[in-house]
Amino acid sequence: MSTGDPAATAPRAPKALGGSGGALSAPPDNQFDPKVRTALSNLLLAMGDDEFVLGYWDSEWTGIAPVLEEDVAFASLAQDEIGHAQALYQLLADLEGGDPDELAYGRQPEGYRHARLLDHPRTDWAFSVARRFLYDTADAARLDALAGSAYEPLAAVVAKMRREETYHLLHMHAWLERLAGGGEEPRARLTAALERLWPDALCVLDGIEGDELLAEAGVLAEPMAAVRRRWLAALAPELARLGLPGPPAGHTGPCRGPGRSKDFRWLWEQLTMVRRSDPEAVW
Amino acid sequence: MTSQVRALTEDAVWGALAEVPDPEIPVVSVVDLGLVHAVGLDGDRLRVELLPTFVGCPALELIRASVAERLAGMAPQVEVEMTFAVPWTSDRITPEGRRKLGDSGFAPPSRPLLPTIGVRPTATCPWCGSADTTLENLFGPTLCRTVFFCNRCRQPFEQFKAV
Repeated sequence: MSTGDPAATAPRAPKALGGSGGALSAPPDNQFDPKVRTALSNLLLAMGDDEFVLGYWDSEWTGIAPVLEEDVAFASLAQDEIGHAQALYQLLADLEGGDPDELAYGRQPEGYRHARLLDHPRTDWAFSVARRFLYDTADAARLDALAGSAYEPLAAVVAKMRREETYHLLHMHAWLERLAGGGEEPRARLTAALERLWPDALCVLDGIEGDELLAEAGVLAEPMAAVRRRWLAALAPELARLGLPGPPAGHTGPCRGPGRSKDFRWLWEQLTMVRRSDPEAVW
Repeated sequence: MTSQVRALTEDAVWGALAEVPDPEIPVVSVVDLGLVHAVGLDGDRLRVELLPTFVGCPALELIRASVAERLAGMAPQVEVEMTFAVPWTSDRITPEGRRKLGDSGFAPPSRPLLPTIGVRPTATCPWCGSADTTLENLFGPTLCRTVFFCNRCRQPFEQFKAV
């Protein structure tokens, strides 16, 4: 989205042609009935918005993280997420028509479908670590469930994303451990952040209308409720070992808007500022 | 006598691609890095597909445009596009590419390919060859770099990220 003409960069489907090297890409077919296709669009928008909004929140640490290494790390994490959002918005545009930049910057705050975990501001370092730990581990469970997706363009992007997310997971597990064992104050802040964020973290693997249909069609390995259970089961031993709070029994209220927090509205004002001041701007 | 226009071959295309440097690490070409997924030639139409190293790499369009510029005129119709058809991995970097990276002060990617919890990347110092190095930061000045420090020659250095 900041790299010139995104339409020129983004992968797309060409006509078949023989040649050397790997096999040239084949065009995707319109393989799904309208209900599955709508559910797939819901999924792509939700995932794209999750990555996009988290990327913007975490980019705010650039220059003010607790140590220089984390300025660099969080800038890289943010750049990865915004890149993933671009790829997911492109998949959505390929499916439904439209322009990835318009999806990213051309909507009102109520039009975004990120999980409400991403409605919170960056707050303090422990809060950002707790949020990113919960998000990255939930996202990893979601990507696992998409790795063998019947929608091949999505499976291809997910294969690439998972390799990059491995670094995110490694980094966030290390930080969770560091803050949990870092003395009274870091531990207290981390614990408070986890308690505050847990109900909203459950929403990362929820709020996607039609996810059961996607599971039936093989787009998703299993419905989101099953992905969520698998995620929680995988996290439980680590949280128990570190003596950190686990999830509540459930969550209530809408997971992905349309009501949006004051903090997200502030972020939206920031991230759409250039676009709103000059919709034709390229950079 | 009319001059004979020699037919374009895929070898000639690969040769031209080998002259296109990576914009961030210009000692290596797009072929050295294994960025070229496929070359297709059909009559007037030449199509090249490239793989993104990192999904969010801001140099992707620059790489695509550099390749398109180098190939312009080689066929009446030249298409250069990015694809996710297969994931680019650092194992696609050729032996020649790994050597060039080392010569210019970048440690080539370590193996195993991906770090896992408890198994972190390791690197040999590209300056003095010592294996006594410390991982300073999994992340670096660009998405594809990791920062190390050599405990023997006391120099920081970067490794092309194993991914």
